[in-house]
Amino acid sequence: MTDVTHSIEEEDFGPSPREILKKSILAHRSLLLGFGAIVIIVLAALLAPVLAPHDPYLQDLSIRFTPPVWQDGGSWEHILGTDHLGRDYLSRLLYGARISLTIGIGAVLISGTIGTTLGVCAGYFGGRVDMVVNYLITVRLSMPVVLVALAIVAIFGGSLNIVIMVLGFLLWDRFAVVMRSSTMQVRNMDYVQSAQAVGCSTLRIVLTEIMPNIMNNLIVVATLEMAHAILLEAGLSFLGLGVQPPLPSWGLMVAEGKEMLFFEPWLIMIPGAALFILILSINLMGDGVRDVTAPAGKN
Amino acid sequence: MTHSDTPVLELNGIKKTFMISQGLMKGTKPLYALNDISVQLNKGEVLGIVGESGCGKSTLAKILLGLMEPTSGEVLIDGQSLKGHKQLDISRRVQPIFQDPYSSLNPRKRIGDIISLPLRVHGIGDPAEHERKVIEILDLVGLPKRVLNNYPNQMSGGQRQRVAIARALIMKPEIVICDEPTSALDVSVQSQILNLLMDLKDELQLTYLFISHDLSVVEHLADRVIVMYLGRICEQAPPDRIFDEPRHPYTEALLGSVLTPEPGQGVPDTNLGASYPNPINPPSGCRFHPRCAKAMDICKSNAPMLQQINRSKVECHLYE
Amino acid sequence: MTNIVEVENLRVKIPVSAGMLNPVRGLTFEIKKGETLCVVGESGSGKSLSAFSLMKLLPKIADISADKMQFMGRDILKMSPSELQNMRGNRMAMIFQEPMTALNPSYTIGNQLVEVLRRHQNVSVKEATERAIYLLEKVGITAAASRLSQYPHQLSGGLRQRVVIAMALMCGPDLIIADEPTTALDVTIQAQILHLLKELQEEFEMAILLITHDLGVVARMADRVAVMYAGEFVETGTAEQVFKQPVHPYTQGLLSCIPVPGKTARGSRLGSIPGIVPSLIGDMRGCAFRSRCPHANGACHNNVPLEKWSDDHFKRCVLDDTALTSIAKEAIA
Repeated sequence: MTDVTHSIEEEDFGPSPREILKKSILAHRSLLLGFGAIVIIVLAALLAPVLAPHDPYLQDLSIRFTPPVWQDGGSWEHILGTDHLGRDYLSRLLYGARISLTIGIGAVLISGTIGTTLGVCAGYFGGRVDMVVNYLITVRLSMPVVLVALAIVAIFGGSLNIVIMVLGFLLWDRFAVVMRSSTMQVRNMDYVQSAQAVGCSTLRIVLTEIMPNIMNNLIVVATLEMAHAILLEAGLSFLGLGVQPPLPSWGLMVAEGKEMLFFEPWLIMIPGAALFILILSINLMGDGVRDVTAPAGKN
Repeated sequence: MTHSDTPVLELNGIKKTFMISQGLMKGTKPLYALNDISVQLNKGEVLGIVGESGCGKSTLAKILLGLMEPTSGEVLIDGQSLKGHKQLDISRRVQPIFQDPYSSLNPRKRIGDIISLPLRVHGIGDPAEHERKVIEILDLVGLPKRVLNNYPNQMSGGQRQRVAIARALIMKPEIVICDEPTSALDVSVQSQILNLLMDLKDELQLTYLFISHDLSVVEHLADRVIVMYLGRICEQAPPDRIFDEPRHPYTEALLGSVLTPEPGQGVPDTNLGASYPNPINPPSGCRFHPRCAKAMDICKSNAPMLQQINRSKVECHLYE
Repeated sequence: MTNIVEVENLRVKIPVSAGMLNPVRGLTFEIKKGETLCVVGESGSGKSLSAFSLMKLLPKIADISADKMQFMGRDILKMSPSELQNMRGNRMAMIFQEPMTALNPSYTIGNQLVEVLRRHQNVSVKEATERAIYLLEKVGITAAASRLSQYPHQLSGGLRQRVVIAMALMCGPDLIIADEPTTALDVTIQAQILHLLKELQEEFEMAILLITHDLGVVARMADRVAVMYAGEFVETGTAEQVFKQPVHPYTQGLLSCIPVPGKTARGSRLGSIPGIVPSLIGDMRGCAFRSRCPHANGACHNNVPLEKWSDDHFKRCVLDDTALTSIAKEAIA
C-alpha cells in the first residue's frame, strides 16, 4: 500500500514561487513592454557619450532652429534638429535622460528610505510610535509639494542635488502609508509570532520575516513615486526653479521651446514625448509588478 | 502514559488585563482576559485546554511563550520564574505549533531555512550541522529530504503542519504549546498529525499543552483537561472524569455539543439560552450564570470557590 | 414523496492554465420534500461547487452540464437570468459559512429581511416586517422587534448566523442549501444552530442540502448521505447505512480518522488515509481513490460505476460483495 502512495507524494510538489513568477511575468505584456522601454532609456542614458552625435552644450547660432530630419529643411547631421542656440537636440535628449533618471532614482532612494523606515516602525510597533508616524504623515500631507519645493529652490537656488534632496524629503508619504498598512498585515501572521517565540531580535524579524513579504508593495510604490519625482522635476525646471541651464533637463527643454510653440512645435513635442514615454513605461512596469506579485499564496 | 509529578511548568495566579478603548474621548475599560489562573504541568504529560473563542486560551499560550507579560502572577519553568529571563532562554524550552499552517510559514523562505532558523538564531552549530539536524528532524516528522529547497506554497496543509512541527522541535524543547494544531486541517490529515504528535511525545519525552475547541480530540490525547470559560478555569479533571461525570454545567453543555458520528441521535439541545457574554461587561457572580440551566440565586451575586471533588476540581455553587 | 431536486450526471468544467479542471464529475442525486441530504467530503472534493452549480452561481468561465437538472420540475439550465433570480432566495435559499459575508454591513437587519421578501413577493412593508419579527423569534432571537434596527456588526457570530437563517426563511423556501453553515462557529453555538435548523425544517417542511466536512454534523443531521471524493459520489445511502455499515474504503478510512469519546480507546493511534487527493485536471480513468486505497488492485484502473449495495445504499468500488463485506466487518471491529 505504501508504494502506491509514495509515487503520488513524489509528484505532488507544485511549481516553485520563482517558476510561477517567471511564468506570469512572461505572460504579462504591458509589464514586458514597460520594462523593455525602460531598459532602452536607461541604456541610452548610460551610453549617451557614445551615442550622442554632438556635444550637447556646443552652440552654433548659424544653424539654430534646424528642423528634424522628417521635416523640410532637416538633415541627417541633426536628426532631431537643433534648438534656439543651435545645439544638437538628439544629443541633449540623450543627456537629458541621465538627469531625469538620476533625479527619479535619487529622490526615490531618499524618500523610500525615510518612508519605509517610518511606515515599518509604525506598522510593527503600533501604539505610540504609530501615532507619531501618523502625525508626521498628516503634517507632510498638509504641505503642498510644488509650493514648498518652489520656496526651497527659490531660497537655496536650483541645482540637481537640491532638486533631488527637496523631492526626496517631500515624497515619502506614500511609502510610509503603504508600508505601514502592509507591515500591519504581515505582523499578525503566525510566522512572525513563531520567529518571536524562537527568540529572533526585532531587527531580524523585520528584515527577514517582514520585508520580503512587503517588498512587492515597496517596488510598486517606488515606481509610482519615481514617475512622480521625474514629472515634478520637469515641472520645476519648466518654471525655471529646477535644474538650471545649460543642463539638458527635459523639463527645461520644454520650457525653452515654449516661446517657439507656434512656429517650431517639435521643440517641445520631442522632449514632451520622451517624458511621456518614460513615465508611461515606469507606470506600466509598476502596475505589472503589482499584478504579478499580488495573488501569491491566495486562492 | 509515563509522566512524573514534578511540575515543569507552573502558573500561579496569572491575570491578564487589556485596556480596551471605548472610542474617542470615552476612555478605556478593562477586559479581564485571564482571571487568576493557576495550573501545573507535569513532565511528560498532555494537558488539554478546552474552551470557546474568547475564553482566554490563546492569551494563555502567548504568556507561556513569553510573548506577553502577565498583568500579575508568575510563570515558573522548572521552578524558575520567567520574569527577567530573556526570550532566547524561554524559546529553548517552550515552542509553539500554531493552528493555521498557511500563515505560520513565511511564504518567501525555503523549508530548510524555516526549520533551521531556531538553530541559526541561537548560534548552535555550523551550516553543515544545521543541514544534518534539519534532515534528521524532517525524517522524524515524516517528510522527504527533497522538501528542503521547496517553498511553503508547494505543499499541502498537512505537509506544512509537519514543517511547523519540525521547526518547533529542532531545538528539542521540553514543552510544546499546541494551539489548535489540527483544526484547520481535513479529517484524514488531522489524524495523521495527531498520531505524529503522540509518537514524537514518546520519542522526545515532550510535555504538551494542547489547546483546542474540539473536546473529542482533547479527550483522546490529554492526561488532564482544563475547561475554561471567560478567563477562568471552571473545571479541571482527568479526561475520564470529565467525560463520564462532568461536574460543571458548562462542561456538561460543551460535552453535549460534541457531535459524534453516530446517526439517529439527533442534535442535542444544549440549553445554553443566552449568547456568549461580552467579556468587557462580564456577568456578576458566577460568570456562567446567565447561560446556566441550573443557576440559583447565589450564582448571580457570589463567585463560586474552587472545590475538590475526588479527582476533579470545580468552581460551581452546586458543589458547595 | 415528491422530488424537489432531480439531478442527473452533473458535471462542472473549469479551464485553468494547466488544462481543463474537472471538479465535479457526474453527480446524480435527488432531494425529496422535507428531507436532508448531506454531501460530505474533504477540501477539494468539489462539494461546494456542486451546490453552487445547483443555484447557477458559478462564474461564467465554469461550464455546467447535466443530463437533467430540475428544481420543482423546472429545468435550471434553461432558466433565464430573471427566472433564476426569482428562484434564488425565494424558492431556494442559501446559508453560507461566514454569516458576515451574507449580510450587508451598511443596512439594518430589518431592512435586509424586509427587502428579501419584497423583492420576491408582493407584500407591504408592514406585512414583511411582521414576518421578519415572527421569524427572528422563531430562530431564537429575543426582543426581535428591537433587533430590526441593529446592524450586522452589532451582533455576535451565532446571532448573525441566526439572522441569516431567518433571512433564508423569509420567502418560505422549499429548499435550503447550507454550505458549512456552522464551521465558523463555536461548538456550543454549532449545536444550537443545527438544532434550530432541524426544528425549522420540520415546521416548514423544507428540504435541506447540507454541505460539510464534519462527519459528526452529517451523522446527526442527515436523512441521506453522499460521500464525495475527487468530484464523484463514492458512497450514498441513509445516515444509518453509511455510518453503521460503511462499505467504501474511503468512507471507512474517514470514519477511522476521528476519535469518538467512549468508543476510541484513549491515546490509541487513529486511523489515517495516506497520500493526497489526485489532481482533477484533464481526463481521468479508473477509481480516483485507488492511489490511497489499501485494497486497490488492477481492476481499479477501469472506470467504476456507482452500484447498488443494498436498498438505497450505493457504492463506487470494484471489490465484490464478499470482499467488501469482510472489509466492512473489519472496519467496524
